[in-house]
Order: sequence, then C-alpha cells, then structure tokens
Amino acid sequence: MEKSPAISPLVADVSESEAGHSLWSDAWLRLRHNRAAMCGLAILASIILLCLIVPFLPILADPALQDLPNKNSPPSAKHWMGSDQLGRDLLSRILHGGRISILVGLITTMVSLTIGVAVGSVAGYVGGKTDAFLMRVVDILYSLPFLIVVILFSTLAKGYTNDFTDWVVDLTGWKRDSIAPFTGLIPLFVAIGALSWLSISRIVRASVQDLSSREFIEAAKSLGLTHRRILLRHIIPNAIGPIVVYATLTIPSVMLFEATLSFLGLGVQPPYSSWGILIKEGADRMLSNPLLLIFPSLFFIATLLSLNFLGDGLRDALDPKSSKD
Amino acid sequence: MKEMLRTIASRLTQGAIVLFVLGTLTFFLVHALPYGPFQDEKAVPDHVRERLEQLHGYDKPLLTQYGLRLKNILSGNLGSSIKVMEGREVSEILRQAFPVSLTLGLIALVIAISIGIPAGIMAAIGRNTSVDYLIMAAALFGICLPSFVIGPMLAEFFGGHLGWFPVSGWNFGDLSTMFLPALTLGLGSAAYLSRLTRAGMLEVLHQDFIRTARAKGQKNHIIILRHALRGGLIPSIAFLGPAFAGMISGSVVIESIFEVPGIGSLFIKAIETGDETLIMGPVLLYGSLIVLANFLVDLVQLWLNPRLRARASA
Repeated sequence: MEKSPAISPLVADVSESEAGHSLWSDAWLRLRHNRAAMCGLAILASIILLCLIVPFLPILADPALQDLPNKNSPPSAKHWMGSDQLGRDLLSRILHGGRISILVGLITTMVSLTIGVAVGSVAGYVGGKTDAFLMRVVDILYSLPFLIVVILFSTLAKGYTNDFTDWVVDLTGWKRDSIAPFTGLIPLFVAIGALSWLSISRIVRASVQDLSSREFIEAAKSLGLTHRRILLRHIIPNAIGPIVVYATLTIPSVMLFEATLSFLGLGVQPPYSSWGILIKEGADRMLSNPLLLIFPSLFFIATLLSLNFLGDGLRDALDPKSSKD
Repeated sequence: MKEMLRTIASRLTQGAIVLFVLGTLTFFLVHALPYGPFQDEKAVPDHVRERLEQLHGYDKPLLTQYGLRLKNILSGNLGSSIKVMEGREVSEILRQAFPVSLTLGLIALVIAISIGIPAGIMAAIGRNTSVDYLIMAAALFGICLPSFVIGPMLAEFFGGHLGWFPVSGWNFGDLSTMFLPALTLGLGSAAYLSRLTRAGMLEVLHQDFIRTARAKGQKNHIIILRHALRGGLIPSIAFLGPAFAGMISGSVVIESIFEVPGIGSLFIKAIETGDETLIMGPVLLYGSLIVLANFLVDLVQLWLNPRLRARASA
C-alpha cells in the first residue's frame, strides 16, 4: 500500500507495530499471574491429556470390555470408579467419552463463535438495513426446526464423510476403525455449530450497538481509522466479556445437545459414548446406582469449572480497561 | 410518536417476510427428509399408500403442493395432522397444547429473571468475594446439570421427600402442579442470565460515569440501580428474547418427566414421522413469537440506552 508521508502520522505506525505485540503478550503475562485461571488451565490440560492417551493405557484401553463377574461394582482396585450394569469399567468409559465430548465442545463452539461474533458485530456496527436483514435471517434460523436441519445435514454429508475418512486414513496411516467414529461425527458437529451462533450474535450485536455510540468510537472514526480496524481493535475487545462468558456457556450446552441427538439415533452410537450419554444413562439409574451419574457429572463439571476460571481470567487479561487499574 | 408507528409498521412487514421465508423453507426441508409420513414400521400395501398419498395431495408435483399449502395457510387454514394425530385439525391441536406451553414458559421466565438477574448483580458487586464464587458455582451447576437430571431431583426432593408439590400431572389453574416443571425449565435460563448479568455489570462498573457518580458521593444502591443497570443488563436482555421463545416452545424432557400436555413432544413426533402439517403449524407460531420477542427486546434496549435512541433517530 502506498502511503503519503505527509498524511500518515508517525504515531499511527508505532501503535500499529507495538500494539499487536503488546496486546497478546500483555494478556498472557496477566493471565499467568491469575492463580484461578492457571489452575483451570492445568486441570483442563490434564483432563484432555488423559482422554488423549487413554487408548494406550493397559487396563483402560477398551471401554466396551465386559467384566461379567463384577457388574455394578462399587469403586475398587480393579475398577477405580466402579463398573456399570454390563460390567464395563466406568473410568474407561468416561475417558473415552471425553474424547468425543471435548471434540464436540471445541468444534461447535469455534464455529458458532466465529459466525456469531462476525454477524453480531457487523449488524450492530453498521446498523440500518444491514442490521435488519441479518437479524431477520437470525429470526428465521431461530424458528427453523433445528432437528430437521440436523437430520438432513447428516444424511447429506454421509457420502462426504466416508471420503474424508478414507483421505485421513491415506494421509496418516491410522486404522480406519479407530477414527471412523470421530470423522463420522464432524458434519454433525459443524451442523450444530452452524445453528448455535444465533444467541451469540444477538448478544454481541447488543453490546456492539452500545459501544458504537460511545465517544471513543466517534474519536476513532474522526481519526479516519478504517471500519475494519475500529471493529477489530476498538469494539470487539471491549465486548469481550459477554463473548467469553457466552462461549463458556455454549460448550456445556452443545455437549448435552449431542447426547440428545445421540438418543434420537443421530450422534454417537454404541459402543462409543460421550459424557452427555453417560450422564443421561446415569440419570436413568439415579436411584439404583447413583455413582453412574455422579462420576461422569464430576468430570463434566470439573472441565466446565476450569474452563470458566480460564475464561474469566482470559476476559480480565484481554480487557483493555483492566490495564488502567 | 410518528417515528414509533413507522418502526412498528416496518417491523410488521419484516415479520411477514420472515414468516413467508420460514414457511417456504420448512415446507421444502420436510419434503426433503429421507422418510415420509406414509412409511410405517409395518409394510403398508401399495394401493393403501397410494390412496393415502392421493388423499393428502402427495401425488401432485411438489410445486403444486406448495402452492396449495400456501393458499390454504394464507386463508387461515393450517390443515389437519397427516400422521401423529391423524385427521385432527392442527389449529385445534395448537389451541389445546399451546396455552399449556405458554403458561409454563411464562412462569419459568418469571423464575429465571427473579433468580438470575439479582444473583448476577450481587456477584458483580461482590466480585471475587465468597458471594461471587458461591453464586457462580451455583450457576455452573445449573448449567451443567441438564433438565433430565434436575427434573427428577426436584421431583424427588420437593414432591417425594417434602411432599409440597405433586410430582406429575398438569392441572390448569392449580399453580402447585405447574411449579416443579416451571422451576426445572427456568433454572437453566436463570444460570445463563446470572452469568451474563455479571459480565454485563462488570463491563459497566469500570466506566467513568460510575466513578463520577461515586465521586459525587451517590449512595451505592442508587449507583447500581439507576446508573449501572441500564448498561449492565444489555447482554441479558438480548438473551431474554430468544430464551423466552425457547421456553414456550416446549421441552420434550420436561413434558415427559412431569406429564405436561405441552407442544414439545407432539412436535418431536411430527418431525420423526415427517408430519408436515403438524410441523408447519408450531413452526409458524414459534416464528411469530420469535419476531415479536426480538422486537420487544430491541424496544427495551432503545428505552434503556439514551445514546442508542439518539443514534436511531439521527
């Protein structure tokens, strides 16, 4: 890009090169000093790590393995968290289920966050006809029967997922059986993500509308900053609080939604399972064997609790206002 | 005033377009499903199926069917259920089931607002104190525990253990039968609301005008109620529109736990069988409610935010 030295002030150049560097490194520095957030990060990392390595652990490798003499057993040396009505080890099932639940949470939240923030911030910032159009699209998608869309999308995508699985097998040389349950679910995850950005977009729009009418945005406009830069640098960082909070709220809700879909025959199928499915199965046996509900719920809650602390820490770290205090 | 009327008129037009697009999309999506209302677990003889298809006009080209449906719906005729409640008028089914879901949703909304927003405000004021941690931990439980866990627990505790409320059965006008399902439905949204309110309040409490108010020596509760709430509730109110519409659309889980004759389970059955008329009716009703709820939310936001009003009229 050609710049005329007379117009482009030196100050703008300095902020350009330094702000990009300091926003994130500052945030990381602040995050590292936040004990709750670092705790959350550590717990989250260990749960993810456990879920990743579980197929290689000697006694936990097979979640479908039935120990028939020890059905419904309480926690013991052999089954650390007991076993279920079919004699399957609960800890192994939880860790295997976590692989799917965490994948669901990450993919759908990323998809819905990206679309939601983009649509919401453009609608809130531009306003007028653009806003009306985007928000009416949101209204339509809200009212569209979600289930039908998911059913159609997964039927449509079935052929493509098989091709995709083949491609991954060719590329990595992994066994087809071991990755098929995951790759087969990706279209479903994308479908969930592509339809769960609606609330985020409405919340972001409301915050952006409020921010756009503030004096500092007027100032940014009169300085001649581009709209893109105003949005990315000055508006979205100021709306980060509700965005982070809603993202941490989306993760559990999509994990549970996955369970609902699985019961309708659309999601994860036995012998594979997920935290949502384990919690649902546990809820059905709440009175006869409450441990089947308690242990999966504990993992679920621990993950979300640490995500929350991490999210709150991230919010504080990224908050442009907190640097003043 | 004139401004206001023009806004309402333009939103009505937009709403009509939304419903038209929504209905059209729903019609074609349902017809694209890999199954249809005339497929049964039992093998239906071909001639029977053909008769049924003829009866419901399924033998005509899709576009002709669409035209017929559009004409009927525009003249106020939603048709009758093809499969789930075979032969019954959809408008009749809605007239029975919808008031149940609406009442349930309204009570749940009141519960969600009266728990969620005060809790969020208290958490924001007492940020990083034990009050904050306690409220946020409770909210997290509310978010993590799905209704199929909370519902039976509440039923067991309030219904079975304490014996305060009947565990199941819906009786219109008898608030005690409506309380437990509404509480189950409302607690989840209360948890969401408390977290969003806390986040929104924290954004505002940082700002200069709050500092000014404090410097003036204004009383704390007046600062919160009069100055901070207006901005602090922005995310929560944006969430309330769709959340309300979601709550009245009925929940299969809650309806089956507490035996509520609502709209949710009918709708799921309609989707599972591809019963187009019984899908279309609730979808259009739900769509109108979404349009209305989001319009109200936008109005409340204009009312709460003077700067936004200035921008809108400029």
